[in-house]
Amino acid sequence: MSEKNYLTTDYTLKSWFLTTDHKRIAILYFASLIFFFFIGGAAATAIRIELATPQADLVSSDIYNRLFTMHGIIMVWFFLIPSIPNTLGNFIVPLMIGARDLAFPRLNLMSWYIFMLGGCTTLFAIFAGGVDTGWTFYTPFSTLYSNSYVIVAAAGVFIAGFSSILTGLNFIVTIHRLRAPGLTWYRLPLFLWSLYATSVILVLATPVLAITLILIATERFFGVGIFDPRIGGDPLLFQHLFWFYSHPAVYIMILPGMGVINELVSCYSRKQVFGYKFVAWASLAIAAVGFLVWGHHMFVSGQSLVASLVFSFMSFIVAVPSAIKVFNWTATLHKGSIHFDAPMLYALAFIGLFTIGGLTGLFLACLAFDVHATDTYFVVAHFHYIMVGGMVTAYFGGLHYWWPKMTGRHYSEYWARTAAVLIFFGFNLTFFPQFILGAEGMPRRYHVYPPEFQVWNVLSSGGAAILAVAYLMPLLYLGYSAFFGARASANPWNATGLEWQTSSPPPEFNFTTQPVVTRAPYQYNGDFQAEPQNA
Amino acid sequence: MPESFAFAPQYASIPHRDHTAELGMWVFIATEVLLFGGLILTYFVYRHAFPEDFAEGSRRTEIVIGTANTAVLLTSSFLVAWAVEIFSPDTARIVTWLLVGAACLGLAFIVLKGIEYSKEYDEHLVPGVDFQFAGSRASGVQLFFIFYFIATAIHALHMLIGICLLITLATICRTAPTTRHQTALRSGALYWHFVDAIWIFLFALIYLPGRSSS
Repeated sequence: MSEKNYLTTDYTLKSWFLTTDHKRIAILYFASLIFFFFIGGAAATAIRIELATPQADLVSSDIYNRLFTMHGIIMVWFFLIPSIPNTLGNFIVPLMIGARDLAFPRLNLMSWYIFMLGGCTTLFAIFAGGVDTGWTFYTPFSTLYSNSYVIVAAAGVFIAGFSSILTGLNFIVTIHRLRAPGLTWYRLPLFLWSLYATSVILVLATPVLAITLILIATERFFGVGIFDPRIGGDPLLFQHLFWFYSHPAVYIMILPGMGVINELVSCYSRKQVFGYKFVAWASLAIAAVGFLVWGHHMFVSGQSLVASLVFSFMSFIVAVPSAIKVFNWTATLHKGSIHFDAPMLYALAFIGLFTIGGLTGLFLACLAFDVHATDTYFVVAHFHYIMVGGMVTAYFGGLHYWWPKMTGRHYSEYWARTAAVLIFFGFNLTFFPQFILGAEGMPRRYHVYPPEFQVWNVLSSGGAAILAVAYLMPLLYLGYSAFFGARASANPWNATGLEWQTSSPPPEFNFTTQPVVTRAPYQYNGDFQAEPQNA
Repeated sequence: MPESFAFAPQYASIPHRDHTAELGMWVFIATEVLLFGGLILTYFVYRHAFPEDFAEGSRRTEIVIGTANTAVLLTSSFLVAWAVEIFSPDTARIVTWLLVGAACLGLAFIVLKGIEYSKEYDEHLVPGVDFQFAGSRASGVQLFFIFYFIATAIHALHMLIGICLLITLATICRTAPTTRHQTALRSGALYWHFVDAIWIFLFALIYLPGRSSS
């Protein structure tokens, strides 16, 4: 590896912190996200330890409130939402479309700085005393009663929102304008369709969250009654505005995951994706319908029954494009030449976990059942199946798949498979008991509970311990492989995407000659070669 | 037109680069529409809940200043559009002066807004600071003025950013204009027109309710 690549062009700190290379910015995001992931994970660990017994052994109720708020805020806004778009997306999008960089490289770097500014602001709120409102900042609690750093935390989220918007903007323009010659929309890898749909949500939903946070801060700071019912305000309006962003945000989290799974399933079963156009348009359909279902978070809030019925119906509709994707992955696997490499294990885990999460989502879309399950552990289990079982698993799968491209090195296949299996096992042990707890009526956000719930809680906490170890493992073997792993060739999986047609790691401007696309994506013909691994 | 700049490597050509930049500004404007959209939605919710109170609050606003500001802003938009229209290497001087003129009108808008704010402060109409309103409509009128202050403050912030943008554009258009400058000007003009268009909506929502009769 004598020629220069993006990692070896320059070694100075300045060359990293003032870079406009999308690949280096992706690495910056990657490092920051690991940091936030472990902060959010630490809070989750404390929560699960506290819940191992029915009494309050470890923390007071106040500290517990601050813990789950910290877990939620950090994980949602500083890990899940930026994870795949900002790391894998940033790295892969220009490579996949045969471009030399994103459309606006300096804006891309600015997004990272804004993201870090938002992250540090939120961390300051947490370490200065914490926030006890939950990640949803529901009024009037957050504006009237909460005695904590709500404005600072909201400011952090507000700032991070700009980063989301600018990233989404950059992706949309890049995918529209910088595709290689011959790369028509229907030749676009499905990962890009899903990132495009995600970007549309980022651009159109995030500003509504921004204005909501401004209203919250104004109400709290000036003591005026925008959402305070005593002087005419309406707390329901807050929930409408908040969920108008935060429900689509769920699709910001899951759509890129689905995009990654398309790449993995196709590559490791050596088959074309079944129903390419349906999968592609399903992404946009999910994004579009996802804007119309926020009210299913508010079935017991006091909104009108008609509104609830409409939102219930629309929520069922979202299941259609989601199911299209699951059916099409299954059909892609059918009679495929399946290779159980680590990324594929993650992909298969994703399909299973996403299906459970999605089907329980239908339970919750069902008005009558939701009234029973609202604010119980059933809801907690459901959204963790989607957001952790789905999104995080897909993120790990994508990370393993593109790791040789990003670093030019192979990780240990043995440890990668072990970690994948452990994550799947630990995850199910953690969250499946929570479905049962929720169905039996254990409410969320309480740190003490009746003793009869303890068995399931101990199982859940035990699973969380396994999950914690499993999440630490990639840090070790991927970290090791980044420096000592076996060298990877340009295309170790014999995959078809444009990103595999340049060297690993890619040179500074990705391609030495402009690639030209002459065929549809995923033209696999059965040949697979995984290179020698280091043990 | 000779192009003296090397353009960034991700673009195939200069027109490619310029069109990409303009598309970026359009997408950005889409996010801005949603930002003000959320705010205007809250306005309509409360105007629906308290129609009389909002009419009452609206009658307390300074319609003369509001109307003057609308005229000021429309004129500035006209100057910017004119600058975009005539941009060429020969017209650098006029373009620069048009942009400076537009920026000055923008500043005039801010000054008028400040006068308006201080009048409202004197009349105890600023919610959360010293809001006083006699009668049963106090809470609805207060909601109206919350909307008024948040919306106009965010709009004024956009104005200030726009004024900086116009001054920057005036500076770069002063010397050797190229297509790069033309693109910057077109994108900046889009932003300025957007801020202007938002004001048209705010004007109708703030100053006009309750003023149609007598």
